[in-house]
Amino acid sequence: MSLETRPVTVNLGPQHPSTHGVFRMRVTFDGEEIIDVEPIFGYLHRGSEKLAEERTYSQIVTLTDRMDYVSSMLNNQAYILAVEKLCNIVPSPRGVWLRMIASELQRIASHFVATGFLLQDLGALGTPLIYCMRERENILDLFEMLCGARITNSYLRPGGVFMDAPDVFWPALSRSLGDIEKSIDEIEDYLSGNEIIFSRTKGTAVLSSESLVNASITGPMLRASGVDWDLRHRNPYDYYSEITFKRILHTASDNYARYWVRVQEMRESLKIISQCIKNIEPGPVRPSFDDVPRLVRPEPGDSYAAIEGSKGELGFYLVSDGGISPYRMHVRAPSLINLTLLREMLVGELFGDLFVIFGSVDLNMGEVDR
Amino acid sequence: MDMGYSFGIIPSGFEWLAFILSAISLIGLVINGVLGGVIVLIWGERRLFGRFQNRTGPNRWGPYGILTPVADAIKTMFKEDILPKDADRLLYNLAPIMVVVPVLIVFSVIPFGLGSFVVDLNVGILFVLAITSISSLSVLTAGWSSGNRIAILSALRSVALLISYEIPMGLAVIGVIMLSGSLSLGSIVESQQIPYILVQPLGFFVFFLAAMAEMARAPFDLTEAESELAAGHLNDYSSMKFALFFLGEFMAELATAAIVTTLFLGGWKGPDFIPSEFWFGVKLVFVLFLIVWFRMTLPRLRVDQVLQFAWKGLFELTMINIITTAIFMYIWPEPGVKELLILAAINWPVAIISIWGVSKILGTKQYENLESLKNENAYPYSFKTLPSEFYHEKVEEGKIK
Repeated sequence: MSLETRPVTVNLGPQHPSTHGVFRMRVTFDGEEIIDVEPIFGYLHRGSEKLAEERTYSQIVTLTDRMDYVSSMLNNQAYILAVEKLCNIVPSPRGVWLRMIASELQRIASHFVATGFLLQDLGALGTPLIYCMRERENILDLFEMLCGARITNSYLRPGGVFMDAPDVFWPALSRSLGDIEKSIDEIEDYLSGNEIIFSRTKGTAVLSSESLVNASITGPMLRASGVDWDLRHRNPYDYYSEITFKRILHTASDNYARYWVRVQEMRESLKIISQCIKNIEPGPVRPSFDDVPRLVRPEPGDSYAAIEGSKGELGFYLVSDGGISPYRMHVRAPSLINLTLLREMLVGELFGDLFVIFGSVDLNMGEVDR
Repeated sequence: MDMGYSFGIIPSGFEWLAFILSAISLIGLVINGVLGGVIVLIWGERRLFGRFQNRTGPNRWGPYGILTPVADAIKTMFKEDILPKDADRLLYNLAPIMVVVPVLIVFSVIPFGLGSFVVDLNVGILFVLAITSISSLSVLTAGWSSGNRIAILSALRSVALLISYEIPMGLAVIGVIMLSGSLSLGSIVESQQIPYILVQPLGFFVFFLAAMAEMARAPFDLTEAESELAAGHLNDYSSMKFALFFLGEFMAELATAAIVTTLFLGGWKGPDFIPSEFWFGVKLVFVLFLIVWFRMTLPRLRVDQVLQFAWKGLFELTMINIITTAIFMYIWPEPGVKELLILAAINWPVAIISIWGVSKILGTKQYENLESLKNENAYPYSFKTLPSEFYHEKVEEGKIK
């Protein structure tokens, strides 16, 4: 009788509890060690980009909500910036401040979800995840006040937002800022005081900054490797040139650094929001319908606008042929592009870290497959 | 006329019937007691989960949702029983039985109170250690026979856990055996003039953690790691077979708590005015609460870290414990309460220092200094030297482009 050892190929997903949606990986294991990964995606493809060719420019806002459904406001913002660039719309100041507040709140919510799912992937049986989700609920309540919707907001319109914030919003916002700060402290205590989290996340999935830049990876993943690339700073859109915030950088470029960057960025977002509250002045939240009609017909041409999304550079490329809907829309989805180095990150690590590393990309399947 | 044990009910010549009937009634009592305990445990654990997670927990069936486990059991029974195509039929059906039976047998040697036990074996503790290992074998059987690759990974992990954690678990008990001078659980309880957790802190620490690992509870729940292996060896089981695994898991939790109570918390001992079974129950609930608390709070360790923890951490701690206890026993071969208190005074500092030392050796190194991690060949935008802070300042028109 002869004994032999051979690698085992296991199919993980699309029906797996921690693939963050419907992602599939064919992973080859040598014992517990990963020796090969083949990512397979497209299970959540809904053809948003194609659908956009049949919608008017205002209607497309609802499609962008459903791309990255944990950061709808940021998707709205990126899309609206592209439309404004295409149609040469001058936005109303109050609308811009409001959408900056909304998008920074959304960034905090998205980072909370990312951190919660890190702990869930590490096997903490739901308790930390539920704590993170509770804070996200606060933010969703604020969105409900702003626009009536919690997840698929469709709050932004070309030139601003569709509705001014109600009077109850401002006290609730300032109260929430304090609450969120406290819960960030809580999460940070949990992250930075737990030996199991240290030992599981430090030194895993280390990537060099060259390889990250070559794969055009952006967002917290890139900043965790020490590359100072934040579009709010490099290419200020909206009124980001008028406010001050700290650019969070780390050099370790491992899983822990990625989450450290995210948690610190939540604090900076809080600072940005309080500066926005200081700067906001009464006025119209969007230009009048004489200036920006409901049905915009841009001149033939194209435009690209990108923002610093919660996951990385989120860009919208629009081509107009002069009609009421774009000739072509393309989304630069950070979740998809940040997955490029998945194989490099996973090969050589152990099975236990597979989903932690996968989750450290902070991807959203709605955005990967669109 | 000699009535013997039968009190005249059973005719003479059939006294052996009395023995069998009493044995059956005792077995029925213990098994049903354990099953009832499991139902309460499932309910209590879920309520606690709810509290830990800012939720209510089960609250629909019965007062405070106490009937939820019953509803679950009925639901599980009516599910379809699935046999996978690639499964090894015999082993696949055998595995759920192999989970439940050994754990039930463990309860036969545990003294629940003063004089209430099924049997007081003179090798009780060895019996417990031997029997509990069979549960891990059932995980191996289940994983192997399912014909499912994820289940096989889980089975392999279970074997690795068994091999590693049997040793510190067995060695942790040696201190208790030396102090009590007996392997029988009944005499171990009786010899505890003060609870052995005070005298054997290291023994308690190691035994508790090793027992958690043996029954694969968080943070060592490698075999059914939900976020990695989905449910590992349980992947293909459904209906009553799954229910038996579920039952076995919770009974193992109960058994572990009972053994920890017996060995380290003084078993049924307590002030006399309340029945001894009550004290046993109180201590049992306390240990169960500890287990649930661990499970609710801590993330899971990776498989290499779990094994490292057993061999590099717990093994050394048990050795330290055995050496200190042995030296003590050499000086005072028959310790009284005063001597035991002296040993406690010695053992607690030893325990704290050695646990601290092991954590220093095994613990993850902090990032010494961000400066040392800086990447020399980095992209032009990266920072070569780390300034203390980066700020995005309010800028003049067109300054940054």
